[in-house]
Amino acid sequence: MIERPDSSSASIARNLEGYVGFANLPNQVYRKSVKRGFEFTLMVVGESGLGKSTLINSLFLTELYSKDYPGPSQRIKKTVQVEQSKVLIKEGGVQLTLTIVDTPGFGDAVDNSNCWQPVINYIDSKCEDFLNAESRVNRRMMPDNRVHCCLYFIAPSGHGLKPLDIEFMKRLHDKVNVIPLIAKADTLTPEECQQFKKQIMKEIQEHKIKIYEFPDSEDDEDSKVIRKIKEKMPLAVVGSNVVIEVNGKKVRGRQYPWGVAEVENGEHCDFTVLRNMLIRTHMQDLKDVTNNVHYENYRSRKLAAVTCNGVDATKTKGQLTKSPLAQMEEERREHVTKMKKMETEMEQVFEMKVKEKKQKLKDSEAELERRHEQMKKNLEAQYKELEEKRKQYEEEKVSWEAQQRILEQQKLDASKTMEKNKKKGKIF
Amino acid sequence: MSVAVGSKPSQSEDLRNLTLSGHVGFDSLPDQLVNKSTTQGFCFNILCVGETGIGKSTLMDTLFNTKFEGDPASHNEPGVRLKAQSYELQESNVRLKLTTVDTVGFGDQINKEDSYKPIVEYIDAQFEAYLQEELKIKRSLFNYHDSRIHACLYFIAPTGHSLKSLDLVTMKKLDSKVNIIPIIAKADTIAKNELHKFKSKIMSELVSNGVQIYQFPTDEETVAEINATMSVHLPFAVVGSTEEVKIGNKMAKARQYPWGVVQVENENHCDFVKLREMLIRVNMEDLREQTHSRHYELYRRCKLEEMGFKDTDPDCKPFSLQETYEAKRNEFLGELQKKEEEMRQMFVMRVKEKETELKEAEKELHEKFDRLKKTHQDEKKKLEDKKKEIEDEVGAFSKKKAAVQLLQAQQASSQSTKKDKDKKKFLPFLKHPKTWRPLLTL
Repeated sequence: MIERPDSSSASIARNLEGYVGFANLPNQVYRKSVKRGFEFTLMVVGESGLGKSTLINSLFLTELYSKDYPGPSQRIKKTVQVEQSKVLIKEGGVQLTLTIVDTPGFGDAVDNSNCWQPVINYIDSKCEDFLNAESRVNRRMMPDNRVHCCLYFIAPSGHGLKPLDIEFMKRLHDKVNVIPLIAKADTLTPEECQQFKKQIMKEIQEHKIKIYEFPDSEDDEDSKVIRKIKEKMPLAVVGSNVVIEVNGKKVRGRQYPWGVAEVENGEHCDFTVLRNMLIRTHMQDLKDVTNNVHYENYRSRKLAAVTCNGVDATKTKGQLTKSPLAQMEEERREHVTKMKKMETEMEQVFEMKVKEKKQKLKDSEAELERRHEQMKKNLEAQYKELEEKRKQYEEEKVSWEAQQRILEQQKLDASKTMEKNKKKGKIF
Repeated sequence: MSVAVGSKPSQSEDLRNLTLSGHVGFDSLPDQLVNKSTTQGFCFNILCVGETGIGKSTLMDTLFNTKFEGDPASHNEPGVRLKAQSYELQESNVRLKLTTVDTVGFGDQINKEDSYKPIVEYIDAQFEAYLQEELKIKRSLFNYHDSRIHACLYFIAPTGHSLKSLDLVTMKKLDSKVNIIPIIAKADTIAKNELHKFKSKIMSELVSNGVQIYQFPTDEETVAEINATMSVHLPFAVVGSTEEVKIGNKMAKARQYPWGVVQVENENHCDFVKLREMLIRVNMEDLREQTHSRHYELYRRCKLEEMGFKDTDPDCKPFSLQETYEAKRNEFLGELQKKEEEMRQMFVMRVKEKETELKEAEKELHEKFDRLKKTHQDEKKKLEDKKKEIEDEVGAFSKKKAAVQLLQAQQASSQSTKKDKDKKKFLPFLKHPKTWRPLLTL
C-alpha cells in the first residue's frame, strides 16, 4: 500500500512569525535555469517567397539565414523536405539553443496533396525520440528537441485562407502550437488587413482549428495586454534584413518610393507584438504547452496503442489512467479470476455429468434388480405351486392307495366271506 | 508527388554561434520560468530522523518560525512509524507547501534492528507513487503533488563522543535514497572545546563508514563560496527554541539557563543560522533537484531493471519503449494462453479417466446381470423339468386310477347282482362326496 501525505486533506495554512528565507526560492530557480541554459525549437511553414527567412532574421536580429546558409526558398526542392538549423545565441547571460525547422518545397508543387505529411512525421519523430529517451532505464539529461511552436505563413491575398492553409492547420493543430501569420503585410492597407484578419479568424473558427491560445493572466495589466493581442490575431508581419535611416534613427525597414515600412513600428505591422509574445513573454508557455498537452497526447496515444493492441479506443477509455504495466497486472488478475471461474464451471459441469451417469447406472441396476427379483418371485411362486400340486398328488395317491388297499381288503374280505358263504351255501 | 522526410539536414548540424545585432529579449526566459514556478507554488518535504525528545519538532518550529502541529511523543512506541503533516506557508509572494515527516518512536525500542525499515519503506513508497504516475498512459505530472522527501535532517545525540551504531546503520541505509544532512541536536549541552572534537569525530566516522551525506553544490559561482565555507562546519550543531527572551532591548529566540542565555540566532552560540541559510535560503532548489535527478532516478532504474526492462537488446541495439512494451505484452499474453491450455488439458484428462471408470462399472453391472439371468434360466429349466415329472406321474397315476376304476366298475357290475347287499356298502362309498374329490381334481 502506498501511503502519501494526503495532498487534498489536512494542508494547514500557517502564518510565519519571522523571517524564514524561502522567499529566495525563485532566485534559486533563476540561477539554476540560467546555468542549465535554454532550448527552443521553432518551425516555419509556408510557400516560397513569403518572407520566412527574412522574418526569422528580423526576429532574432541575427543572420540565421545568409548567403552561406540560404533560407528555404533558396533551396528549391522537388519534394518537401524538413530541415533544421541549430544556433546558439547569448544575451544577458542567458544562453539559448535555438533550432529553426523549415520546410523548403512546401506548397510549391503543382500537386500539394500530403505535403504536410513530412512535417507531421518530423514532429512525431521528435516526440518519439523524447519518449524513448524518457523511457530509458538509464536516463540522462534529455535534450528537448520537440517542436515548440509552428509559425504558419499565410499569403496576403486579402480574401481568405486557401484550402492548403486550412488543411495544413487542421492536421497540425493538435500536434504543435500553431501561430498563423499574415506574411508580407506591407501589401495590405490597414482596412484590407483588418478585413482579411476577420475573414481568416472566421474561417479558423468554422473549421474548428485550434491555434495557440494565450493563457489568461491573473495580473490585470497582463490580461489587458493579452486581450489586445487576441484581437489582433492573426498577426500581420513584415520582415527586413536591411537597416535604413529614418529621421536620424536606424530602423529595420523596407524602402519604397513612397516611404519606409518600418518593421518595428506598431502602426505599420504587428511584428513587435509577435516578437514580444513569442520571445519575451510566452516562450516558456509555448514550451510548457508542448510538454504538457501535445507531447502527452502523443504519448498516451502511443502507449494506448501498445497496451490495447488496436482495440477500439472507446472500450479502453477507463484503462488509460494506469501505466501499461499496471494494466498488464490488472489484466493478469482478471485472467486469474476468469480462469478460476472457468475452472469451477468446468468442475461443476463435470460433476453434474458424472452424477448423471452414475444415477443412470444406478437406475438401470435397480431396474435389473427389480426384474430379477420379480422373476425370482415368479419362479418361487411356480415352485410353490408345484410343491402344492405334488403334495396334493401325493396325498391323493396315498389316500387313493389307502382306499384301494381298503377296497382290496374289502374285496378280499368279501371274497373270503363269499367263499365262506359258498362253503356255507349262502349265495345271494 | 513523392514525399520524403529529410532525416539528415542539408545544412550543418554543428551548432553555430551567432551574435545578435540588437536586443532580442530572450534574456527574460529565466524570469518567465520563475513566474510560472511562483504561480504554481513550491513544494518541499523534510524528513526528521532522531530519537524521541531530541528536539525535532522544536527545531522545525524554529526553522520555519511557526508552531507546527503535534504532541510530543512518548517513549513507549512499539515500533517506528512515520507521521507526515502538510502546511501551506507564504513569504512575500512565494507560496510553499511544506510537508514535515517525523519518525515517531525512533530509538526507543530495546531491539532497534528494524528501526530503519519503516523509514526506508516510506521513502520508497513516495518514489513508487511518483513512478506509477510517470508510467501511466494518461498522466498529469505538471500538477502532481510531489511527496518525495527532499531533505533528511538526521539528529545526532550530543554525547560528545561519537556516532551511535544505530545512527551509522540508519544513515547507511538512507544515504542512497535521500539527501542526508546530519545535525548535532541540543548543542547547548556541549562545551566549545568538545564540540570541535565531536564534529571531526563524526565526519571521520561517516567517511570511514562510507556514508554519503548531502554535499552543498560548489559548481555555481554565485553560491560556490558560501557553500564551501559552510561545509567546513558540518555537521551543524543546532539549538532550537520557540520561546523568546529579552536580550538587550530586543526579544530573541533563546533558552534561559541560570548561567546564561543561549541565543538561537547567534552564530557564536550555535550553527542554527548556518543551517537555515544552507537548507532554505541557498540550496532548497538544489536539494529538490538532487532528489529528482539522483535519488529518484536510482530508484527508478532499480525498479525497472527488476521488472525486466533493459535499454539495449542482446545485439546492443537500443530498444524503443514501444518494442519493449509490445514484447512484454506478447510474453504476457502467451503466458495466459498457456495457463488456459494447461487447465483445459487437465480437464480433458479427468474426463477421460472418469469415462473409462464409469464404462468399467457399466460393464461389470451387465456381466452381473448376465450371470443372474443365466442362473435364472437354469432354475427355470429345473422347474420345468420338475413340472414335467410331476405331470407325468400324475398322468400315470390317473391312467392307473382310470384302469382300476374300469376294472372295479366291471367287477362291480358282475357282482352287483350277486351283491346287492354289497351295493349298500358301495353306494354310500361312491355317493360320498369325499371319494369324488380326487377324481375331480385330476
